[in-house]
Amino acid sequence: MSAVVSPRAAVADEAVLVARDLAKSFGGVHAVQGVSFSVEAGRMVALIGPNGAGKTTCFNMLGGQLKPDRGEVILAGQAITGLKPRRVWRLGVGRTFQITATFTSMTVRENVQMALISQEDGVWNPFRPARTRHVAAADALLAQVGMREQAERACGVLAYGDLKRVELAVALANRPKLLLMDEPTAGMAPRERVELMALTARIAAQEQIAVLFTEHDMDVVFAHSDRVIVLDRGRLIADGTAEAVRQDPQVRAVYLGSGATSGGH
Amino acid sequence: MSALLEISGLDAYYGRAHILQGVGFGMGRGEVLALMGRNGAGKSTTMKAVMGLVPPARGEIRFDGQRIEGREPFEIARIGIGYVPEERRIFSELSVMENLSVGQRPPREGVPHWTPERLFALFPNLGRMRDRPGGAMSGGEQQMLTIARTLMGNPRLVLLDEPSEGLAPVIVEEMAKTILALKGEGLSILLSEQNLHFAGNVADRAAIIEKGIIRFTGTMAELKADEAIRAQYLSV
Amino acid sequence: MFDLILTQTLNGLASASSLFLVASGLSIIFGVTRIVNFAHGSLYMLGAYIGWTLVTWLGPTSGLGFWGGVGLAALLVAIIGVVIEVAILRRIYQAPELFQLLATFGVVLMIQDIALATWGAEDKLGPRAPGFKSFVILFDNRFPTYELLLIAIGPLVLALLWFLFQKTRWGTLVRAATQDREMVAALGVNQRLLFTSVFAFGAGLAGLGGALQLPREAATLHMDLSMISEAFVVVVVGGLGSVTGAYLAAVLIGILHAFGILIFPKITLVLVFLVMAVVLVVKPYGLMGRRPVGAARGTATAEPLLRPADRAAKLAGLVALILLAAAPLVTPDYLLLTLTELVIFALFAASLHFMMGPGGMASFGHAAYFGLGAYGAALAVKWLGAPMEPALIFAPFLAGIAGVVFGWFCVRLSGVYLAMLTLAFAQIAWATAFQWVELTGGDNGILGVWPSHWAVSKTAFYYLALAICAACVVLLRVMVFSPLGYALRAARDNPLRTEAIGIDTMRVQWVAFTIAAFAAGIAGALFAFFKGSVFPTYMAIPRSVDALLMVLLGGVQTVSGPIVGAFAYAGLSEQLMKMTMYWRFTLGLSIVLLVVLFPRGLVGGFLALRERRDRSDKDGAVVTRLATEGAP
Repeated sequence: MSAVVSPRAAVADEAVLVARDLAKSFGGVHAVQGVSFSVEAGRMVALIGPNGAGKTTCFNMLGGQLKPDRGEVILAGQAITGLKPRRVWRLGVGRTFQITATFTSMTVRENVQMALISQEDGVWNPFRPARTRHVAAADALLAQVGMREQAERACGVLAYGDLKRVELAVALANRPKLLLMDEPTAGMAPRERVELMALTARIAAQEQIAVLFTEHDMDVVFAHSDRVIVLDRGRLIADGTAEAVRQDPQVRAVYLGSGATSGGH
Repeated sequence: MSALLEISGLDAYYGRAHILQGVGFGMGRGEVLALMGRNGAGKSTTMKAVMGLVPPARGEIRFDGQRIEGREPFEIARIGIGYVPEERRIFSELSVMENLSVGQRPPREGVPHWTPERLFALFPNLGRMRDRPGGAMSGGEQQMLTIARTLMGNPRLVLLDEPSEGLAPVIVEEMAKTILALKGEGLSILLSEQNLHFAGNVADRAAIIEKGIIRFTGTMAELKADEAIRAQYLSV
Repeated sequence: MFDLILTQTLNGLASASSLFLVASGLSIIFGVTRIVNFAHGSLYMLGAYIGWTLVTWLGPTSGLGFWGGVGLAALLVAIIGVVIEVAILRRIYQAPELFQLLATFGVVLMIQDIALATWGAEDKLGPRAPGFKSFVILFDNRFPTYELLLIAIGPLVLALLWFLFQKTRWGTLVRAATQDREMVAALGVNQRLLFTSVFAFGAGLAGLGGALQLPREAATLHMDLSMISEAFVVVVVGGLGSVTGAYLAAVLIGILHAFGILIFPKITLVLVFLVMAVVLVVKPYGLMGRRPVGAARGTATAEPLLRPADRAAKLAGLVALILLAAAPLVTPDYLLLTLTELVIFALFAASLHFMMGPGGMASFGHAAYFGLGAYGAALAVKWLGAPMEPALIFAPFLAGIAGVVFGWFCVRLSGVYLAMLTLAFAQIAWATAFQWVELTGGDNGILGVWPSHWAVSKTAFYYLALAICAACVVLLRVMVFSPLGYALRAARDNPLRTEAIGIDTMRVQWVAFTIAAFAAGIAGALFAFFKGSVFPTYMAIPRSVDALLMVLLGGVQTVSGPIVGAFAYAGLSEQLMKMTMYWRFTLGLSIVLLVVLFPRGLVGGFLALRERRDRSDKDGAVVTRLATEGAP
């Protein structure tokens, strides 16, 4: 395993997320077997690996969608292993999905308002009009991702790249300590990819949010991550800077290849 | 030599959205043509329209001189067009052999006749997991299985929708080799692609589509030479 | 004791066979076509009636006559299946799920009247099977050999189905189509032919089930709905799409019935319900079922934006309310009665809409809560001697409590699974009212549920109903736009995202389910005092379908739609009932025609028209532009 410390990580800061010895099997298939890593505040960490390497399983264990067979997940010093997604969210984990997940019968603003209502006052009030709640806070979040002008539009009619921004705003609504992004740029045009990840990196640095994302586009990975973690067949095979991982012979063999068709240089 | 596939003036809608606006291009026998463009430009819709999965509102699609627009997907498959969809869509609860058997059609004159054994020679991985359910395979293996399944119909033309999307770089390289091998067998291939490196490695010609309109057709070499076109439509 | 257990076990196994045949057919058809065939119980009934006719005609005493008749009956029902598939279903495969369900329910209604016209209202006692008329002695008990034959038929058919699906090309294609029918077509398989053959096969199984049942029980006009609700239970318990699961569940339910009759003869259905509850808690998709893959395909269309009413809409609502309030001044008495009923139905429809529209939970058994409200009122009057006012307050709580209990199970499922479960619960409520004669008076109902003295006049009761219903409808509307209503819509639009922003989707849906049940209970209680009596039919399936039709007619996506729909539908069906004796056939036919002609619903049909117009507009523009560009 190549463990090259990135220059920025040398400024020792506290790990927001610590995954320790995570393991999960499905009917005898070991999807993830003993994976450990950590993510620090304000850092962008990419999780890459071949299809079926266990990235999504790993993500779902961190986000609460799956319960690990073994190991623990620690968020800012507190164990969150096996908690339900809605509890994990309350403790400060924002999440975006590979296939955008928004509420299509609501406007862009209402999507963010929904998250704020859930965070601030709960959803059990059956009488008070919801549209009037947290308008300013919702607009501030939308401004942060550059969607303020489209606040009144229906989510169902937005362009794909804009939907991704809305999802980011929703994920930021609970002032998360950790942001989990599953293939954030899948299905986007190359230029949009760069823009979205640059935006995410800026917000992460500003708000000191730890970001963990999976990604297939190596241009995005090498341009926007402080650190890269590589999984193969459920095991962690490399954890280090983009440059170190790119040179790693094992990573080249199982994942990167010669770089002839991927755009890797 | 007449064109194998000739599309002209093709219009298609999703609901009220006008996705294809007079798409037209042709491709010859034994050729690999890359249909390139951004997400949502109309690449997949063009393929689905050829396959009869999206009804074209207007326009002509000729296959081997025969008009096929408005026909049922199964009829289009039977005259020799194979379709490999973007999201793989293998039958996850069927085994590898069963997946292949769904695609099986009688031999066709003038094109290679595919059997499971011949396919396993091309995709050795699949041969080692004949009884494994499709759902228990990795993404790369599933992608190979969809291609193999389509080949079981002994097609003359294969539509490959974004074969490299979401695959590890090392699998993408393997995919490129497979496409070249199929071309070597005399198969014609229409593939949609966003990845210029990949398309450059496998395709003879390219067509660029943007907002439902074809903006460029030419050889791959011409596209590589034309930086302005690449910058405008492929944003690399 | 031991021999009793043995006999009842054998009894249960014997009755499981027909249930299995019907349920497996239902399951197979659903797997491929994604249509829950409500008319499957009707095909079973047709199998029994046609079998009766054929066996009688061919000679019930000869082996060839009996078995030939049974086989021919199954074949004929399969052919009827082909007719239904080609004439109706083939046209609506692209329609929304609910419309498909409605269309097959239209078929149920049509077949009911066809059977009535062909075979009459009398039960048809079935012939005994030649060669299986005797008994065998098992542990000093006489056990009919025909029962033993039926017991053997179940596993035999199961083995046959297994062979068919695992070892033949047709079976492989069917299993592939179950997962992705479009892809099967793109691989060169004639999908239409496949669908028709699957439907015919499933129909044939149901027909065989019906014909085989003849020696055990008479063919009646009620066997369709009682079978379909049991088959739904079997399919939900066994797991939709699993034939083995259907067999296990059929055996389980059959045996439960057999023992339930011994132990709690009055509440055998409650026992079935309890078992189903346990299964669903442990395995939400049934014994052998898996999480449905259909939802993961992302075929669901985006829900349109929901906006609060603008000024014009509010004004229109106010005007409508004023008109309704002024109605008694000008309308004759009999019309006032109709108006009272319409106002009550508007609340009933609005309550269903609350869970169906914003909640995305379609109920096929909403009449249960309407009926429980009605029975709550009647029971309070009859057994507690309560006057109207406290009875009106007590009644919705009975419906609400049922909503809490039933809803807890229902929100664990979604889509058609949920709809099937609501129907099964409604049947249980109906059967309880029907069977528990001591408490409910059974079929005779409870009479003498009259309003208090001040509300006895038609006008006074009309105002009472209008005030309560209008207030409840407005309250439901307010809820739609409250944080709770938003959370409910969020859970419908995207449950994954909803959970990921800290909302307990199931609990939100549970609360909404309970609110809808409570509101339906209010409507039911008013209806009881309006009619002065309650009957089990208040909870029967047709009443649930009434509510569904009102909502769908008015439009699921609008908040005011169901009220308009209630007025339109209730008015129409009343006229229809007066006009013809075969009103079921006429109603069924109109439902089917409506769905076939407007497969995307009335609103969808309107949108489609607009799309077409937009396109031709654009073409016009293109032509003009070309013309100007073409000019030198």
